[in-house]
Amino acid sequence: MDLSYTNEQKAFREEVRAWLADNVPTEPLSSFDTEEGFRQHRQWEAQLNAGRWGMVTWPEELGGRGCDLIEWLIFEEEYYKARAPLRVNQNGIFLLGPTLMEYGTEEQKARILPKMATGDEVWAQGWSEPNAGSDMAAIRSTARLDGDKYIINGQKTWSTRAVWADWCFGMFRTDPDSERHRGLTFILVPLNSPGITVRPIPQLDGLPGFAEIFFDNVEVAVDNRLGDEGAGWSVAMATAGFERGLMLRSPARFQETARRLVELYTANCESADSDPAVRDAVIRAYLNAESYCLTTYQTACRLNKGGKIGAESSTNKIFWSELDYNMHATAMSILAARAELLPHAPDAHGVGAWLDGWLFSQSGPIYAGTNEVQRNIIAERMLGMPR
Amino acid sequence: MDFTFTEDQLLFQESVRDFLVNEITPERIRRSWESDSGRDPELWSQLAELGLTGMTVPEACGGLGMSEVDFVLLAQECGYVALPEPLVHSTLVSVPLLLELGGELAAQWLPLIASGEAKVVVGLEQNHWVEDAHIADLLLLQRGGNLVAATPGEVNLRHNESVDPSRKLFFVEVGANAQVVASGATASKLIESAMNRGALGAAAQALGLAQRMVDLSVQYTSERHQFGKAIGSFQAVKHHMANVAVSLEYAKAPVYRAAYAIAHAQDIAWHAVSHGKFAACEAANLAAKNCIQVHGAMGYTWEVDLHIFMKKAWALANTWGDAGFHKARIAQRIFAPGAALGADATFA
Repeated sequence: MDLSYTNEQKAFREEVRAWLADNVPTEPLSSFDTEEGFRQHRQWEAQLNAGRWGMVTWPEELGGRGCDLIEWLIFEEEYYKARAPLRVNQNGIFLLGPTLMEYGTEEQKARILPKMATGDEVWAQGWSEPNAGSDMAAIRSTARLDGDKYIINGQKTWSTRAVWADWCFGMFRTDPDSERHRGLTFILVPLNSPGITVRPIPQLDGLPGFAEIFFDNVEVAVDNRLGDEGAGWSVAMATAGFERGLMLRSPARFQETARRLVELYTANCESADSDPAVRDAVIRAYLNAESYCLTTYQTACRLNKGGKIGAESSTNKIFWSELDYNMHATAMSILAARAELLPHAPDAHGVGAWLDGWLFSQSGPIYAGTNEVQRNIIAERMLGMPR
Repeated sequence: MDFTFTEDQLLFQESVRDFLVNEITPERIRRSWESDSGRDPELWSQLAELGLTGMTVPEACGGLGMSEVDFVLLAQECGYVALPEPLVHSTLVSVPLLLELGGELAAQWLPLIASGEAKVVVGLEQNHWVEDAHIADLLLLQRGGNLVAATPGEVNLRHNESVDPSRKLFFVEVGANAQVVASGATASKLIESAMNRGALGAAAQALGLAQRMVDLSVQYTSERHQFGKAIGSFQAVKHHMANVAVSLEYAKAPVYRAAYAIAHAQDIAWHAVSHGKFAACEAANLAAKNCIQVHGAMGYTWEVDLHIFMKKAWALANTWGDAGFHKARIAQRIFAPGAALGADATFA
């Protein structure tokens, strides 16, 4: 056990810090759930990629730096400290990217990954359907093989970023006689294909962060199938594994929220202390963000030595989503009467982005597999309880 | 950066676990409750033969010269079996305190501890009562700002029964002529160091206790049938257990980091320990609460083994600093002006 950074790791941190200091926009970008903000964030992805900072864990030939997970954690720490923009292409770079590297053909990798890295192609996800949410094996949208193309029909919903994205990935039923998780195939679909209708769905903040996608005899070339026909479930499980696993929510994000929460409390403690539970919640927020960091470093070190992510990644998703919710709930308590004010309201001094964060934190326990589903997975696969 | 244990450390943990699980059965613990001292000299000799009593004693004094990082996994296993003997106390608190005191005291007692011939216990005012004072050959006691060394003949003991029948607590009166071994700033530093080490030991045991309660409950709920099914197949039962698993999973790394910080005498040791102690005891308390629930009425009986572990977890949560003490220390760190917090501060 050695809990100190090597000189190389320290130098890497300096390099990240210097580049971000020179490049992070001084004015925050608009929300990527607006047309203008989406364009700005796409531009930022290109800028990151030009500096080879888009996806540091990717191999060098794909514009990455071949970093290990510790270097990735260091990058993330500097990224969140610098308050750099959120990643508009996270469905692509964090979820589909790693899945493609594992299951994609050489042709697919060469065709798809570079444009994903530059932000020229932003990805949406197409998992859920109106009757297939937590029960993803209930998918009904179909893909029928016809020569060298699939004909897709059906409907996806809650497709994050789909309003302005270029592609979506998802699962479709290729065997009409199949049931449950058999007969599903993982297919990549250009969102400008004829027959596609995207209907934006406003989220809690009023902006269209997700959408419904309707497929009406949409033709997709067969070389956009990822993995074998009928093997969609195992490919999707790998993607969901990445989602719940390390990449999607790095500890730095929550540590920075915890730090800002301590600042908010310190600046308002006279009023905040009218409820002694608030101080306790701030202390717990700091500790839990720290626990998340320590545990992630431990996992990253184990993976660096060849270990595998297992069912414990389901504990990860519950832990960070509850942490995020609790931190924002505490901030709302500290802001008290001001908590409900929108950031641009004339008297909203010092409310910052807490309300936005509070709204978004409501989704954490729901997306990427509800926490109830995660608890079932933990009980059955990690603890070995009966089904 | 390498936040993993070595193969050797993990193998040692495994072999100690095998030994403890075989030897320290719930039946044996129940038998120890019937004995006068509650302690088993034969077992202590076995622990000494395995080198465990001398884990942290320097090799020059007949020990293995190992660190807190080497021992933390073993302390966890001691918790897993609810070991009644004061091995964690001796290894993590008494031995390091003697080493820090140095001089004749250390030279005299460390070899005897390593060989299993003597037991030394430490009593801090924070804990009110001294554990295992009745079997100690030497007591190192905080008296105000001083540390004194007393032999059994120099103390009067008043036994205080604990809810955990394995815990032997004593109010200790010591004569005015007991030898002062440290005073002033030196004593304060030693007392804080002993406090941190005691908290680390309690935290590591709490991890093991929580794991044991989970294991017992998974087994019980897989075997117990109601409504024609194993009750462990019901989501309400599963979710109780999953919540414990999450809490426990995220308490481990803070405890291991605390062991590392103490072993390397890092400036962060005091708050790293407080983090680990708070997180581990909170996980163990949640385990106690949810595990008795999934045992139903059986969990409320003396007969079912769960209470052996549950009661120790309750007790450890309030010794070597309770939750309030450790959270106050965290507050002292994070609310200090200019405190380094946030991403990149953890291993700085």
